[in-house]
Amino acid sequence: MRRRVPLTLCFIAGLFMAVQYFIPHHNVAAAYERLLLWLQTLLAFAFLLGTVSLVRVHYHKVRDRAPDRGFSIVMFVGLFLMLGLGFFHPSHHAPNSPFNRMFLSVQVPIEATMFSLLAFYVASAAFRAFRARTLEATLLLVAAAIVMLGRVPVGDMISGKIPEATRWILEVPNLAAKRGIMIGVGLGMMATALKIMLGIERAWMGGSD
Amino acid sequence: MGLVAGVVSVAALFVCPVAAIAQEEVEAAFADSLPPLGPPTAVTATDTPNDRGNSINVTWELSDGDEAGMVTSYRVYRSAHPETGFVFAGRAWAGNAEYRDGAAPENEPTYYRVSATDAAGAESFSATSDPAVALPQWFNHERINVMIAAIIFVVAIVFFVAAARRGKDLFIRRLPGLDEVDNAVGRATEMGKPILYISGLSTVSDVATIAAINILGEVAKKTAEYNTRLIVPCADPIVMAVEQEVVKEAYAKVGRPESYNEDDVFYLTRSQFAYVAGVNGIMVRQRPATILYMGMFYAESLVLAETGSSVGSIQIAGTDAVTQLPFFITSCDYTLIGEELYAASAYLSREPVLLGGLKGQDTLKMLIAVGIIIATVVATLVAVGAIPYDFVTPLFITH
Repeated sequence: MRRRVPLTLCFIAGLFMAVQYFIPHHNVAAAYERLLLWLQTLLAFAFLLGTVSLVRVHYHKVRDRAPDRGFSIVMFVGLFLMLGLGFFHPSHHAPNSPFNRMFLSVQVPIEATMFSLLAFYVASAAFRAFRARTLEATLLLVAAAIVMLGRVPVGDMISGKIPEATRWILEVPNLAAKRGIMIGVGLGMMATALKIMLGIERAWMGGSD
Repeated sequence: MGLVAGVVSVAALFVCPVAAIAQEEVEAAFADSLPPLGPPTAVTATDTPNDRGNSINVTWELSDGDEAGMVTSYRVYRSAHPETGFVFAGRAWAGNAEYRDGAAPENEPTYYRVSATDAAGAESFSATSDPAVALPQWFNHERINVMIAAIIFVVAIVFFVAAARRGKDLFIRRLPGLDEVDNAVGRATEMGKPILYISGLSTVSDVATIAAINILGEVAKKTAEYNTRLIVPCADPIVMAVEQEVVKEAYAKVGRPESYNEDDVFYLTRSQFAYVAGVNGIMVRQRPATILYMGMFYAESLVLAETGSSVGSIQIAGTDAVTQLPFFITSCDYTLIGEELYAASAYLSREPVLLGGLKGQDTLKMLIAVGIIIATVVATLVAVGAIPYDFVTPLFITH
């Protein structure tokens, strides 16, 4: 019974989602849109779960005097400061409110910094990938060199054939590989959905027993 | 040279307004000499096929002034009566001969008129169309090919699952990345270091995330057997709740429920790069022996994988995000590409019914490959003129 109820609900919901794809009638479309709204509502409640988990984990670290508890203290300061500014400051919606300032002047730049680190990681990954130790790595190196040259004016200045080769690499072997992967992914998605609907795949609820 | 250009520019400032006034006069005189704008003709209204209702397609033949550039737009009017009560329904720009009225009343005869409108706002009305009734449809005929493919797919999967249940031996090719999971868990145990499992940034409604959760269940069984710590930072609270349950059940299943620590499967943040910062911090501080990336990843994939590489972890990735695959292939020791992610749970568990599902998937893939080969041959024959295009169109192109 403990497993039958979620399996039945999963089957009914999955079947409805599959069938509605073929039925454009507004009654069915309205039911589909309502289900999506339920998902939004569920997500709002789930954030409470997430916050509880976050607080509990870091509280335990501080309580147990874990070596990295300093980060947990910083997390608590940030969490309660933003909560306080958001809930109790009278004009937290105003552009110059402390809440907005904290968000725009602290979180946004920090996130931008993390994102910008990507450039350095691309360089280090490229350095490793382009070491021509194997045939595949050599092919990758040659293809990447052609594509990079073909995308900048200097490539065309060296030879008009470089942009053409770039286009061919991107539109023929690259696109064919991408489409092959996408077909496999599509079938894999359908198979996974079907296996879950039919109760064949039960790992998502802890296993088959 | 510069002085001459400057003088010309200054002169142009004075000359242009004069020229503009003259041009307006010429255009006004030209407009007076033009014949009146002809109306659009042959207005037809039909129910929009395969729709949810409340929609009618209106088509017409362009006004004779359209080609001469006299028409600015076509205004479409609807009414429940052929003679009176027409209200504005929408507009199509010049050169367009169709409009979809998405606010038509349902199950009621509706009449349409279309006017060609010129720059001055003068309208030239068409005759009233025959009535059309907006009806919702119960089946989208444009998706019949999808339905046929889906039915074949379901039949193939059910057939192979039934075969697996009867005890038929099913061959599955080796996936080195998944074979390595056992070694990776063993290595973590020997080193006394944890395993970090990252199930992507997507939500539980993403099939890739569900596949990642399925794999987590199998990985958790192995870590429970070896009594190795498994850390699972989550970017979505619903995914966290499901993963907590999956890991807890896995530990209970191998008889070690006491080893499960709820604090090891925790919520971090929904914010993409805050999540990256948090996970990178865990990597640098905990130095996990093994890191598994399974699920949907975005721009954070390389930052995560390169940090994992820098701390010396064995890294196994699996994603269906085509754009992130090159980054994982570059930075990780093993990468599951696309569909291998969905096969991983069956591969790790070796449950016959799950392997049957994989075989069904392969069967449809083979059919698609045969279809692509046939279509390629036919397209080539059409291109060289061996088969007439009109013969092929109804077979391969649906509208």
